[in-house]
Amino acid sequence: MDLTGILLGGAAAGMVLFVVSVGLSVTMGLMGFVNLAHGAFAMLGGYAIVLSMKHWGLPFPAALALGFAAVAALAVVLERTLYARLYRASELDQVLFTIGLVFVTIALVTLTVGPETQTVLLPEWLRGQTDLGFLRYRSYSLAIIAFGVALMLALWLGFERTQLGARIRAAVDNRRMAASLGVDVGRLFTATFAVGSGLAAMGAGLGAEILGLDPQYPLRYLAYFLIVVAVGGLGRVHGVFFAAILIGVLDFVLKFHFPKGGTMFIYALTLALLLARPQGLFGRKAA
Amino acid sequence: MSAMLPAAQALARRHRLQWWEALPWVAALLAFYLFPNHLAFGTQLLITILFALSLDLVLGYAGIVTLGHAAFFGAGAYTVGMLAQHAGWNEPLTGLAAAALVAGAIGLASGFVLLRTHGLTLLMLTLCTMVLLEESANMGHRYTGGFDGMPGLLFKPLLGAFSFDPLYFRTQYLYVLVVLLLCFVLVRALVYSPFGQSLTGIRENLLRMHAVGAPVRVRLVVVYAASAAIAGVAGGLFTHATQYVNLATLGLERSAGVLIMLILGGYGRLYGAFVGASAYMVLEHFLAKAYPTAWQLGVGVLLVLVALFASNGILGIADSLRRRFAERAAARP
Repeated sequence: MDLTGILLGGAAAGMVLFVVSVGLSVTMGLMGFVNLAHGAFAMLGGYAIVLSMKHWGLPFPAALALGFAAVAALAVVLERTLYARLYRASELDQVLFTIGLVFVTIALVTLTVGPETQTVLLPEWLRGQTDLGFLRYRSYSLAIIAFGVALMLALWLGFERTQLGARIRAAVDNRRMAASLGVDVGRLFTATFAVGSGLAAMGAGLGAEILGLDPQYPLRYLAYFLIVVAVGGLGRVHGVFFAAILIGVLDFVLKFHFPKGGTMFIYALTLALLLARPQGLFGRKAA
Repeated sequence: MSAMLPAAQALARRHRLQWWEALPWVAALLAFYLFPNHLAFGTQLLITILFALSLDLVLGYAGIVTLGHAAFFGAGAYTVGMLAQHAGWNEPLTGLAAAALVAGAIGLASGFVLLRTHGLTLLMLTLCTMVLLEESANMGHRYTGGFDGMPGLLFKPLLGAFSFDPLYFRTQYLYVLVVLLLCFVLVRALVYSPFGQSLTGIRENLLRMHAVGAPVRVRLVVVYAASAAIAGVAGGLFTHATQYVNLATLGLERSAGVLIMLILGGYGRLYGAFVGASAYMVLEHFLAKAYPTAWQLGVGVLLVLVALFASNGILGIADSLRRRFAERAAARP
């Protein structure tokens, strides 16, 4: 495979990582809540998307929308009933709670759907290759990249140009100050939690072809989601974007050229980056 | 003494031994005679308790949240295994000392570099350190046995008199129990010493400890290295007891597992390691093989419930119950 092909494949994997992790970054930045169950929400969405296509014959975009809506609704319910009780709890109780949630989700999915890997039946217009003029490449990967860039732009505009975005940025930077200026951080958190979880659901559905989709999904990729969030800087949307592309491309290239020690390099790089910049590439230094 | 306030008295006395502190050891000895066929499991349980105890020292007392503690367990396990395999050094007690030294040195070096950070960054850095160690063990096939590890290691009899028993684990069980007791006495003395008190201070109010001039970073690095050495001893015991070592001693699964057990039992109270590891591993031992999915569901629900309704694990529940009874007794005329 030539260099452009490898870069595009890595970029597609990175986009999937971005779509899944961006919500985690914002919610962790906003509330300092250690949500290790983020991947579980993603997985549930991925299953909703794949199964609704398989059993109800929904078209791919409609299934993605359904996955987003279903997981966002579930996230609101869980956030109001369970997560909200733990905002003031210690980090460790949050870890225990969200890991418990991951186990429950894995077990329930294994019991109801089964332990096997799910495959996505792509629609006709996403199969095959697209001619870009200078090279032909898989249409699906190109579509994922386009979706990721569009989402990045939409989120960036939302964060930088709307009042809601300004509130979120203010709350990430200084929650108490924002609250004392009249920002309802609790409601803001519910909203971002729902949208973030919904995006993770779409990411799992979009990326089912690249990352796979089976009950162990939330644990297998947990370290990757956290690396992307930590390297990008907590609560920084563009940080997550660039970190995800960096990790995605590197992972793709290294697994292709050094199938044995490839993952080691990712962790070594993360170690070096975080030692040099503990707040992440785009994070702001803690006051 | 009589002029002291009751609260001050309680503080001055808290390091004294209570009658119930003998219970775990009595139970462990009773188990030795009552369940002679389950000593292999019992040995694993005691090793895990020691590992969880080492984690409690950094997590519960110093407030260092780490996802990479298995790095030190694995370092100890591989030290003992590689010494026996390549250097013919198969005397157990000196092997254990070497395990403590190597793991402690890794803890000192990595703690020196990593402990400047907090929160998510520290969590990721400890995780990355562990994965790097795991991958090096995986790739250094010639020295570590790679993915398969080193099976069939042989060790000299303990103290030249008690040989390891591959079938019933009688020697291993008592050996691990004695080492656990010694390490526990050490850890207990450490956390009630002025050094241990200053760790609690760092956990509770970092700014104030800096303000009163405590050498915060040195203390954190020292306790991290001490905890790493104890985790290394646990790893060394693992290799002695099972006579093999493999990559599973170094993985995220072991790190996350021991973290869950410690939080489940209750961190920062020494006995949380005993309670959490016992509860988790006994349930796992009897349920996980027969009903793996139901076990996962059950343990997930248990973790969620403990996180939601118990302020600090199982021992936290016990504490609040005791307080409620005491209040009721005091309210009675």
